[in-house]
Amino acid sequence: MKITREDVIRVADLAYLELSESELEIYRAQIDEILEYIGKLNELDTTNVAPMTQVLTDDQTADATLREDIHVRSDVAGDVLKHAPDPEAPFFRVPKVIER
Amino acid sequence: MSTNWTIDTVKSALVAKKLSARELAADFFNRIDAQNPALNAYLTLSPERAYAQAEKIDALIAASKPLPPLAGVPVAIKDVLSTRGIRTTCGSKILENYFPAYDATAVERLESAGAVLLGKTNCDEFAMGSSNENSAYGPVKNPVALDRVPGGSSGGSAAVVAAGLAVASLGTDTGGSIRQPGALCGIPAMMGSYGRVSRYGLIAFASSLDRIGPFATNVYDVAAILQTIAGRDPRDSTSTTAQVPDYASEITKPVKGLRIGIPKDYFAEGMHSGVRAKVEAGIALLKSLGCELIDIRMPHTDCAIATYYIIATAEASSNLARYDGVRYGLRADDPTLLGMYRKTRGAGFGPEVKRRIVLGTYVLSAGYYDAYYLKGQKVRALIAQDFRDAFTKVDAIVTPTSPIPAFKLGEKTNDPLQMYLADIYTVTGSLAGVPGISVPCGKTPQENLPVGLQIFGPAFGEARVLQLAHAFEQAGGASL
Repeated sequence: MKITREDVIRVADLAYLELSESELEIYRAQIDEILEYIGKLNELDTTNVAPMTQVLTDDQTADATLREDIHVRSDVAGDVLKHAPDPEAPFFRVPKVIER
Repeated sequence: MSTNWTIDTVKSALVAKKLSARELAADFFNRIDAQNPALNAYLTLSPERAYAQAEKIDALIAASKPLPPLAGVPVAIKDVLSTRGIRTTCGSKILENYFPAYDATAVERLESAGAVLLGKTNCDEFAMGSSNENSAYGPVKNPVALDRVPGGSSGGSAAVVAAGLAVASLGTDTGGSIRQPGALCGIPAMMGSYGRVSRYGLIAFASSLDRIGPFATNVYDVAAILQTIAGRDPRDSTSTTAQVPDYASEITKPVKGLRIGIPKDYFAEGMHSGVRAKVEAGIALLKSLGCELIDIRMPHTDCAIATYYIIATAEASSNLARYDGVRYGLRADDPTLLGMYRKTRGAGFGPEVKRRIVLGTYVLSAGYYDAYYLKGQKVRALIAQDFRDAFTKVDAIVTPTSPIPAFKLGEKTNDPLQMYLADIYTVTGSLAGVPGISVPCGKTPQENLPVGLQIFGPAFGEARVLQLAHAFEQAGGASL
């Protein structure tokens, strides 16, 4: 077994994801099978391979990544707040996090 | 009234004043009302915005002013692309009431070119799936056979074009989500190179893989849509400054003498016999057009699915962290902030998304990062190298798009791994960042279902890909 019930609970907790008892067991079994399949990559020796951390070479985006840092007004605050679950302009209200 | 519109026939009908852009849009909405209940391909219609745009086009025509290239062309947009003021759900309950405050660059560019936005199309939740059955709003039906899936994740965008309910549409492709539904619905469908089209306003699934691209009824229209949406956008730092060639003039160039790589690694066991027969006939057709066929090896092909499901789920687990119930979408009730996060995400995400968040978080977590994520990035480098090596010897690579034709609804829903394996021919190009198209390549003799031929080109070699696809189409590839 590649992944245990405790692993799934720990990972779901890291991801702030509530799972029911039945979801826990179903996902554990399915992810176990997927990890078993993914394990085939270990047959490949990649000792001297550099990881591919981005798709484009620097010269393809140099202009973009080095753009000037300029303020541009977007004027979307009203629209954004209008559809928020619990807005109180200019804020998003959330359950209390600070006790005093 | 005709239902087989193309960009050219729309233009000539409007210019000849056979009908107005408004009448054309109304005709599409009428047919959508009649046919969409059976297909479930549109999630949201945008008649106000469509008619406002159509009236602008009609005013240009009335004033005999020059028309933009897509004037009056009715288009549909996958519901993972942001549309200002038009509900954008990503096929998820968590965004059931999300109204973006801005347009995706690709959407903005289509409308600037005169296109009329009919509405938003159904898709697998957050573009995660190969059958469209992971949508929180029910599956799309394949217009070719209503008891079968349209493919995914851009199933709605493929279905509306195949059914004549849009002239063209935009989808997104992370591991095959444009090309595979294009193949299963029998229409051309393309993803450009990574970096060719701005991802600004594309609601992210896996940022190093996600690409936006067109569906249309013919390759010329695919080229015209790609032309419109391609090119540098300062709002996406991964959109490239590389020049966008004029595809319309490139695609009519002769294909005689082009070297086509046939990777035998893609023709292993597991392929449907009807798909194999048609793809082999398609390759023979390319040969008859004067292309030179060259056997090549792409030795890391069988590692692609495993690599893809590490990289894509890892990036997804990070990207989907933003759905916390604070700023938009669903919020579940709980007296504590962390409890609210957990319940919101537990209630708002569907099974495939949860499974991928758990898997993606796991492969990134302490103790497993090197074994899975880093390993995946290394194998990805080898897969990209396979493509670079191949393109030193050939001009394009031809493969099947999908190992199987459209399958029955519900046939694979209980076995995620089997569903993932259906992406085997498409994920390689996704990982490598190269452009790819699927073009219709006949129908299976057994079930009379569409088969797709996939053509890959080198990075930023879209013109070559389109040129071959166009020649293949003109030579009768669709009726092989």
